[in-house]
Amino acid sequence: MSILVRNVSKRFGDFVALDDVSLDAESGALTALLGPSGSGKSTLLRIIAGLETADEGAILLGGKDATAVAPQKRNVGFVFQHYAAFKHMTVRDNIAFGLKVRKRPKAEIAERVDELLNLVQLQNFGHRYPAQLSGGQRQRMGLARALAPEPQVLLLDEPFGALDARVRSELREWLRRLHDVVHVTTVFVTHDQDEAMEISDQIAVINHGRLEQAGSPRELYDNPASEFVMTFVGDAQPLGEALVRPHDIDLLTEPVDGAVEAMIVRVTLLGRDAKVELHDASGAELVVLMTRDRFDDAGYWRGQTVWALPQRERVFAETA
Amino acid sequence: MVMVGLPLAALMWEATSEGTQSFRDAVSSPEAVAALKLTLGASLAVAVLNAVLGTITAWVLVRDDFRGKTVVNAIIDLPFALPTIVAGLTLLALYGPTSPVGIDVAFSRTSIVLALMFVTLPFVVRTVQPVLQELDPELEEAAHSLGASTWTTFRRIVLPNILPGILSGVALAFAKAVGEFGSLVIITGNIPFETEVSSVHIYGRIESGDSAGAAAVAVVLLAISFATLVSIGVIRHFATRHDR
Repeated sequence: MSILVRNVSKRFGDFVALDDVSLDAESGALTALLGPSGSGKSTLLRIIAGLETADEGAILLGGKDATAVAPQKRNVGFVFQHYAAFKHMTVRDNIAFGLKVRKRPKAEIAERVDELLNLVQLQNFGHRYPAQLSGGQRQRMGLARALAPEPQVLLLDEPFGALDARVRSELREWLRRLHDVVHVTTVFVTHDQDEAMEISDQIAVINHGRLEQAGSPRELYDNPASEFVMTFVGDAQPLGEALVRPHDIDLLTEPVDGAVEAMIVRVTLLGRDAKVELHDASGAELVVLMTRDRFDDAGYWRGQTVWALPQRERVFAETA
Repeated sequence: MVMVGLPLAALMWEATSEGTQSFRDAVSSPEAVAALKLTLGASLAVAVLNAVLGTITAWVLVRDDFRGKTVVNAIIDLPFALPTIVAGLTLLALYGPTSPVGIDVAFSRTSIVLALMFVTLPFVVRTVQPVLQELDPELEEAAHSLGASTWTTFRRIVLPNILPGILSGVALAFAKAVGEFGSLVIITGNIPFETEVSSVHIYGRIESGDSAGAAAVAVVLLAISFATLVSIGVIRHFATRHDR
């Protein structure tokens, strides 16, 4: 089921959380809402779920206007950053909650819960209480609970934000694989650009309550629509009038047109990559990343004067 | 131990000073039994009423925003601070023969319930309030997004989480109600077999020089209070069993 967000605005007192945001999420796609904290991305997710109401604008789910529909009737699965586990219920009862509320037959509920316990790899934890699970397990339970009533839309609010780095990257891959199996239209909120790049079909970059750009990870990286997108999705730094990514700079030993003279002040070897830090004539810092092979071939040294030639630099009009 | 234990030991000593037979007689005299039945009945009724009223009050104070909320929040504690005899006078003025609101329930059993509700309401409010404050609103949002109505969400998610708080508040209110004296002695009229509660009955025994009889009934009240305290402990134990 597709999700269409149409001109949604939301204010909390004087604070503008969302300002005229429109976004399309295709049926079956995995969309990331990416932005810094306080950008309004979680508010947008909550408005899609019906947990928050928009001041203006509309939400269409599967082509039907859902703006005034209560969250209970939206058939949306929601996963919370801090799990929102029902701690007085076992894992089984947590997962079964949405089905019991819908008064499904007992046998059917038991079967569906078993299926989901398998899907989230908690087969042996059904009788435990949430307090007896690790953070990653609790979040998998949260996911199974949200998926149990077979929602047409799955919404995740920083689902891995409270977990440590290793568990986070495991769960992130696992979510991608799960999505390939379940095919439910999924929107998840994150402030982690790597997470967004790694698993989503579409990324919507949100900043100060406005949608900066929406597109595939590749589109955003290769053709950022604004300075904010370029610096938030991947690294970027100013070089002259332009912005350029650290990988997109050639270091030449002779001056050429468009190259900036700079001196190497520091060289760091990062395994397969080499990081070269330079100062230009004005003292501005510049970082260049290249493969070890290229670095070894050229044989750069500290104190060397080189000419930095940007390959894919971008100039953005001053944003007001 | 000395502070608490010594007076209790003295009470037990006094209660049995004239032998176990007179202890049994004092406790099972028709007037003592009637007073005890009335005390327990009224206290139970008050506990149940306050479970509902106190929970609603706590809910409004935690979840709603309205003008004068801080004032209302402060007033809740008034029965704690007010000398109970003053509470009794206040209630007599409000619900007595000269009632400005036209309700005269003085010297009736209704007055016992009203007085006890007044002095014990804060026990429930003050135990439920922190539990509600700690209850993550995301739990309710999760339930809603899973299709649960507001009522189902309250019954299946909110209530199980705040029930231990309600129960221990109710138990405290019950224990307080069983021993209440000051607020009742004026408004109830202390009619034996009618509106005389156990604490007033004890006072009456002492007035008529029967200190052993007074102590005997007091021991019964003490046992009830003790059982109530134990039940609070049991409730707390069970309430937190999934958090450990």
